[in-house]
Amino acid sequence: MITKSKKVINKVQFGLLSPDAIRKMSATRIITPDTYDEDGFPIEMGLMDPRLGVIEPGLRCKTCGQKVKECPGHFGHIELAMPVIHVGFAKTIYNILKATCRGCGKLLLTDDEVKKLREDYKKVLKMKNNTAAFAKEVVKRASKANKCPHCGREVLPVELDKPTTYREGGRKLTPAEVREWLEKVSEALGDDLRLLDINPEVARPEWMVLTVLPVPPVTTRPSITLETGERSEDDLTHKLVDIIRINQRLQENRDAGAPQLIVEDLWDLLQYHVTTYFDNQTSGIPPARHRSGRALKTLAQRLKGKEGRFRSNLSGKRVNFSARTVISPDPNISINEVGVPIEIAKELTVPIRVTQYNFEEMKELVKRGPEPVPPAGIMYLPGVNYVIRPDGRRIRVTPENAENVAERLEVGSIVERQLQDGDIVLFNRQPSLHRMSMMAHHAKILPYKTFRLNLAVCPPYNADFDGDEMNLHVLQSEEARAEAEILMKVQEHILSPRFGGAIIGAIHDHITGCFLLTYGNKVFSREDAMDILAAAGYKGEVKDKMTGKEIFSKILPPDLNLEYKAKLCTGSEEECRKHDAYVVIKNGKLIQGAIDEASIGAFKGKIIEYIARKKGSNAAREFIDKVTKLGIAAITKIGFTTGIDDEDIPEEAQMQIEEVLENAKKKIQDLIRAYKEGELEQIPGRSLEETLEMEIMRVTGKARDQTGEIAGRHLGLDNSAVIMARSGARGSMLNLSQMAGAVGQQAVRGERIHRGYHSRTLPHFKKGDLGAEAKGFVSSSYKKGLTPTEYFFHSMGGREGLVDTAVRTSRSGYMQRRLINALENIKLEEDGTVRQTTGEIIQFMYGEDGIDPTKSIRGKAVDADLIMKEVEK
Amino acid sequence: MKFDILKHTLVPHHEILSAEEAEKLLKAYRIKKEDLPQILITDPVVKAIGAKEGDIIKITRRSPTAGESVAYRLVVTKEII
Repeated sequence: MITKSKKVINKVQFGLLSPDAIRKMSATRIITPDTYDEDGFPIEMGLMDPRLGVIEPGLRCKTCGQKVKECPGHFGHIELAMPVIHVGFAKTIYNILKATCRGCGKLLLTDDEVKKLREDYKKVLKMKNNTAAFAKEVVKRASKANKCPHCGREVLPVELDKPTTYREGGRKLTPAEVREWLEKVSEALGDDLRLLDINPEVARPEWMVLTVLPVPPVTTRPSITLETGERSEDDLTHKLVDIIRINQRLQENRDAGAPQLIVEDLWDLLQYHVTTYFDNQTSGIPPARHRSGRALKTLAQRLKGKEGRFRSNLSGKRVNFSARTVISPDPNISINEVGVPIEIAKELTVPIRVTQYNFEEMKELVKRGPEPVPPAGIMYLPGVNYVIRPDGRRIRVTPENAENVAERLEVGSIVERQLQDGDIVLFNRQPSLHRMSMMAHHAKILPYKTFRLNLAVCPPYNADFDGDEMNLHVLQSEEARAEAEILMKVQEHILSPRFGGAIIGAIHDHITGCFLLTYGNKVFSREDAMDILAAAGYKGEVKDKMTGKEIFSKILPPDLNLEYKAKLCTGSEEECRKHDAYVVIKNGKLIQGAIDEASIGAFKGKIIEYIARKKGSNAAREFIDKVTKLGIAAITKIGFTTGIDDEDIPEEAQMQIEEVLENAKKKIQDLIRAYKEGELEQIPGRSLEETLEMEIMRVTGKARDQTGEIAGRHLGLDNSAVIMARSGARGSMLNLSQMAGAVGQQAVRGERIHRGYHSRTLPHFKKGDLGAEAKGFVSSSYKKGLTPTEYFFHSMGGREGLVDTAVRTSRSGYMQRRLINALENIKLEEDGTVRQTTGEIIQFMYGEDGIDPTKSIRGKAVDADLIMKEVEK
Repeated sequence: MKFDILKHTLVPHHEILSAEEAEKLLKAYRIKKEDLPQILITDPVVKAIGAKEGDIIKITRRSPTAGESVAYRLVVTKEII
């Protein structure tokens, strides 16, 4: 909906409130610190004066005569007995004092210099440069003078004693003196104040020293009535009470001619209260506290930070038509779908405008009411929760009035229909780190209480089912639905802009299943083949005996031609061909090679990538739906299990591993001996100790690799765990060798474990022991179990990992926040340039090559190898 | 002898645009001079090729994505003052 706004914001002008302006906008002067009298009525000229606005319903405002909802509240003011510094401007005041003469108020620069600055300032403005940085430079230059070039007065150094005390040549300046000085400055400088980044039209420096304090309306600081009938005032009111009390005492003491010392103490106290009223986290002074010891939440605290007004209330929006619940998997729905519980579907609605074309249909729909009884055999029937009449009245539909409302339905009404199968919704999981964190799905209404999603969309959402919850939003306008359908649907995000490859694809059991099906030359009976293919939705002929590769070929597009190394492949192409690890697909037939992670996996799937690029998102979605179902059917048919006995290795292998570990330990002993006898050859740029450590780390690393290699030799592709690791379904060969062979050296900060007790890691070892066991080498396997000392070292290494992840996530989160704030306004223009919204060019061609990474081939504009192969044919 | 930084492998090719070329560039992108990215007049390369304030410099770099990429910079005196 495009509506032309009547008023356009041209610019926003920030300025200072003058004392007169504060008095002018004030509804009343506040003189008493009390709020209510004994009868519970607000006291006139008190902090809850009825002229400051209404908070109690029914009453009318004494200033504007409006009721609670209409009256915005009105400011009051406090006349301060003595002026005080406004903390927010302490730094600005400091800069002005440094740059000007106390005698004549002029800048501490010669007339020529000032003239030059005026020219420069114009240039800065023209170049849209930073006027604040300019002002800083002006201050820097001016504060170098030790004699005023205008009146010849000696310039004493001005210091700022944080937060609000100024000293001139070591002598304290009272706020009154500061104000006098600033008055002189605005008088003497006039328009030259702009050189100090102050616009004299809206801000005079002396207004930065407060003589009148505005009192915010009561609507800003509402008091709450507790259950006991007791009133509890807002933190701001408490602070204002403090200010008025001290202000009164200061006035009385000063008027009674009290000693200077007492007056100054009270003045400082008033300054403290006014300072904490603005910002209760000012460094250098203790925060004002509540009676309970809780620090007060004053003006700055209301605005600042994550829970502040800006980030929490203005940037953060809460929405209707949304739902949140736990997610669980459903392999039977498409990746484009999301299962929505009936209970949620009955709450969420889609607005439908009644026209002459759908009038009868809508009438029937409304007649059903909000709780229609579905006919036998159907699980769910959408009803109607509300009808919005053409005059804007919203009528709640109940089972009782449904008939009536339906009869009175008019063209132009809007019917809020409950969610039904096929409605497009947005589905989201936090943290929303990339655009695939929020995708459009078609709703599918299902029983039970969880959102259901296809397993292949877990990777883009980074979701699992250990209790994850996700959010769902129902789109409310035709434009939004069209946009979501075209741009946000899951199938449009199969290729990721992150690396130009598929991010949605088969995971875990899908990969294992397809691998089991296609590896080697397994032959399936007609019945088995039909079972597997039926699960994938295949319709067509099935031969009497089929190999797994033939079965898999049935779901490939008939004109697919691809050749690549499988995940299984470790060596050269030649080598891989022998082990069924080189995939060849000709005209949609899998000729050789096992299907594994490299073919269909999320992040890596070559076939998915190829189909998504060549045949479009629809074909890719169909393929993913089919291949996951096929994989599941195959693994179910073939059978698959894994257990700790998958890591069983023969006696002789065990002996070999022990020998390797023994040798490693001996080698380390030799190294230590060599080190002690001074025979160790030093690595250039390292100390002798560092050399020893490096050598030992090398030996332990090698030992672990060797044990892994020995274990791996005895664990072949007939082993479930190995199948998972080699096909890329789950786990790695390193995991397996740690379970079967040895866990290996534990490290903290990349070094062998060395901290703990005095010159030893644990009291189990001798002081100064540099041997393998004493420094965290774990020679046991996970299967065998760790000794107590090994367990301790392993925990140390593990803890470091945990701390690292915690630190990394928080730090990268903050970094991303800053990046987003810096980049949120830049935009790609039609001519390929990247520009700021103001039109300044940032890049002359997006990414230097103008390529959309989503449409690139793993970051490259063209896949030269593939084109060559296609041309060859 | 002074080291010629223009010959260093890490320094891309810099070139001062003529008045006509500059005019054409601004027209092609439909921008004002101020909308260009800036380079300080104190930049070693700017000094080496003798560019003056207000000149537009064409920088031709080797790019990992595009092979070769061109960027333009407006020579400015120190940002502030």
